Amino acid sequence: MARNERDAATAAPDAFSGGNKRDTPPFEVTAKVALADNQLRRNLGKATQAIRDKREAAAGEMPDWEELREAGSAIKTRVMRHLDEYLVQLEDSVRRAGGTVHWARDAEEANGIVAGIARENIGEEGTREVVKVKSIATDEIKLNEHLEKEGIHAAETDLAELIIQLAGEGSSHILVPAIHKNRAEIRELFMRELGLGDLSDEPEVLAEAARIYLRRKFLSAKVGVSGANFAVAETGTVCVVESEGNGRMCTTLPDTLVTVMGIEKIIPEWRDFEVFMQTLPRSSTAERMNPYTSFWTGVSEDDGPREFHLVLLDNGRTEVLADEIGRQSLNCIRCSACLNSCPVYDRVGGHAYNSVYPGPIGAILTPQLAGIGSSPGADSLPYASSLCGACYEVCPVKINIPEVLIHLRGKVVRNKQDNGGAKAKLDPENVAMQTLAKTFSDPRLYEASQRAALVGQWPLARSGAIHSLPGRLAGWTSARDLAPVPEQSFRRWWREERGGAER
Amino acid sequence: MRVGLFITCFNDTLFPGTGRATVEVLERLGVEVDFPFEQTCCGQMHFNTGYQREAIPLVKRFVDVFSGYEAVVAPSGSCVGMVRELYGRAAELAGDRGLALRVAELQPKVYELSEFLVDRLGVTDVGAYYPHRVTYHPTCHSLRMLGVGGKPKRLLDNVRGIELVDLPQAEECCGFGGTFAVKNADTSTAMLSDKMQHIKSTKAEVVTAGDNSCLMHIGGGLARGRSGVEAVHLAEILAAGSGERGSS
Ligand code: SF4
Repeated sequence: MARNERDAATAAPDAFSGGNKRDTPPFEVTAKVALADNQLRRNLGKATQAIRDKREAAAGEMPDWEELREAGSAIKTRVMRHLDEYLVQLEDSVRRAGGTVHWARDAEEANGIVAGIARENIGEEGTREVVKVKSIATDEIKLNEHLEKEGIHAAETDLAELIIQLAGEGSSHILVPAIHKNRAEIRELFMRELGLGDLSDEPEVLAEAARIYLRRKFLSAKVGVSGANFAVAETGTVCVVESEGNGRMCTTLPDTLVTVMGIEKIIPEWRDFEVFMQTLPRSSTAERMNPYTSFWTGVSEDDGPREFHLVLLDNGRTEVLADEIGRQSLNCIRCSACLNSCPVYDRVGGHAYNSVYPGPIGAILTPQLAGIGSSPGADSLPYASSLCGACYEVCPVKINIPEVLIHLRGKVVRNKQDNGGAKAKLDPENVAMQTLAKTFSDPRLYEASQRAALVGQWPLARSGAIHSLPGRLAGWTSARDLAPVPEQSFRRWWREERGGAER
Repeated sequence: MRVGLFITCFNDTLFPGTGRATVEVLERLGVEVDFPFEQTCCGQMHFNTGYQREAIPLVKRFVDVFSGYEAVVAPSGSCVGMVRELYGRAAELAGDRGLALRVAELQPKVYELSEFLVDRLGVTDVGAYYPHRVTYHPTCHSLRMLGVGGKPKRLLDNVRGIELVDLPQAEECCGFGGTFAVKNADTSTAMLSDKMQHIKSTKAEVVTAGDNSCLMHIGGGLARGRSGVEAVHLAEILAAGSGERGSS
């Protein structure tokens, strides 16, 4: 495997915003790299299988699970329909509670805002560092890289995030970013990067090593950066859901807290939490209740940060909102159930998707945020699915992922046909599809082509089975035989047995 | 009852035996079947691959050909899934209100074979005899799009002589997915290899399902691996044997 191909498959993806070109390779290329990695497949397969079974049990013990999914979907759908109003309401509530609200159209604006706040509050002495709790929105805009350029280190404090930060890799799962790594790999990484001497690979030992390392960071940092799982329009309350408590340290210890959230993360009222606090933990970690759920509303005297900034990030989201079918992608609460249930994700892992959003949700969200036609990678993602529907079945907010995938495929093809010029029209797939459509629209042509297939296959048939197909279809016969076309089609049999219109 | 048979382009051309078996089972149960020659393809491949404009004439043709029937039966979960779940969207795309109305009227009358037998005819014993060790793979579209649930298994349970064995991880996709198997051949093959391992672990002689597309993929892999396991469509098992129905 060429080294640069391998790098492309594991490196953090480019930041994207609506219309920005991200020159990512197509999914089938990066998937091939991942498939060749047996260790990765073993690590992944084990982890997802375990969590799949547990999730099913956790959801199964709720008698009203389907109603909860319905309710979650209804709340989010309402939010998307009136997002403009809820956003203004949220801004108002946050201000009233003593926070500051910033609007960021794209990655550049958001990074600029966070860097500005960090510069002002870090102070000149000590390490120029902010502590961060897992936030996919900041990964999306590549905040860490941007801060690094400004001489500020963003220290990831979520254990899994820390692991991939130390390894210099991108996340491969939205909940367990280091799911592709096993204990032995993590032990080696810690020994090398944290200079901790000899460690065993017991989970407790590794967790303790990380704890000692992180505690120093928490106690010295002046600025914390967080993401948000939810923000309540009515009260201005922001919420982070996590399982280690490190997020709570980030949001309470530093003097200044900056939260970066996608504009879609709003829920209208406090009581809406009732639904998501039941569905989110069960869907993501198969727990009945989430271990650490932190809420904060603006700033309060003698408690928590003295300054609170909320950065509302668009970065392509309003365009997604404008698409009636694609819009439901914004309902996502990032539980990761769809990743864990996806047979494609299960085989290739997160890096193959070349995005901070991997798996089924990534396959629909990334091309929409980046823009159809923006790169071969974006256009290939809607095809990174067998449309088996397992993701839809588990999604706690009932996002019909297969429906959106098919819809986006339509957009990819239309974009190529309408804007791709002569080359796109001569594309073998396009030509084949046009020809087939014509053939199928006329029963006479269709029957004639059945006969032609019978004749045409002879050069390929060997001992009763077709072992290799030419051109684009070669992938098919690389692993499977194809039975030859039978002498008598069904319609010929029917005609001969039952009579009917002669052709 | 007179039903319209939708054999699907795929079965018509590549698996005519499944079509003949479907006729055999239905007629054995006293159903009058009609095969309208004007049928071709439901348009699923075009629609799912993104060639949605191109699928619209096929959708219209299907509706024209089958609207007059009391019921329409097809031995394919995925093609029935296309008609029932995606035709509305196709009509919407076409911007054709008349078509949308005709689609909505036709949809509830279109059945996958096992649904038709169990739900519409109320039959679970079709009088088949098939003395083999068989395992059943629920294809994704029958399972999740149509929700056929345990119907195929109930039909198989009543086949005389059969030894039905459970398939481990049965609900996991085999990796076919239409053009997915071509566009993402490597991933598809990785999924297939796990499916084949599970099938082989059952020591079954035959793997069956309600869709020949998935079966072609699975059967093609099994044949390449010289496993000796055969892929046979559910309709062909139900059509096998004496045709005498039991008293159960
Ligand atoms: S799409 Fe649904 S299942 Fe997937 S991460 Fe989002 S909420 Fe969870």
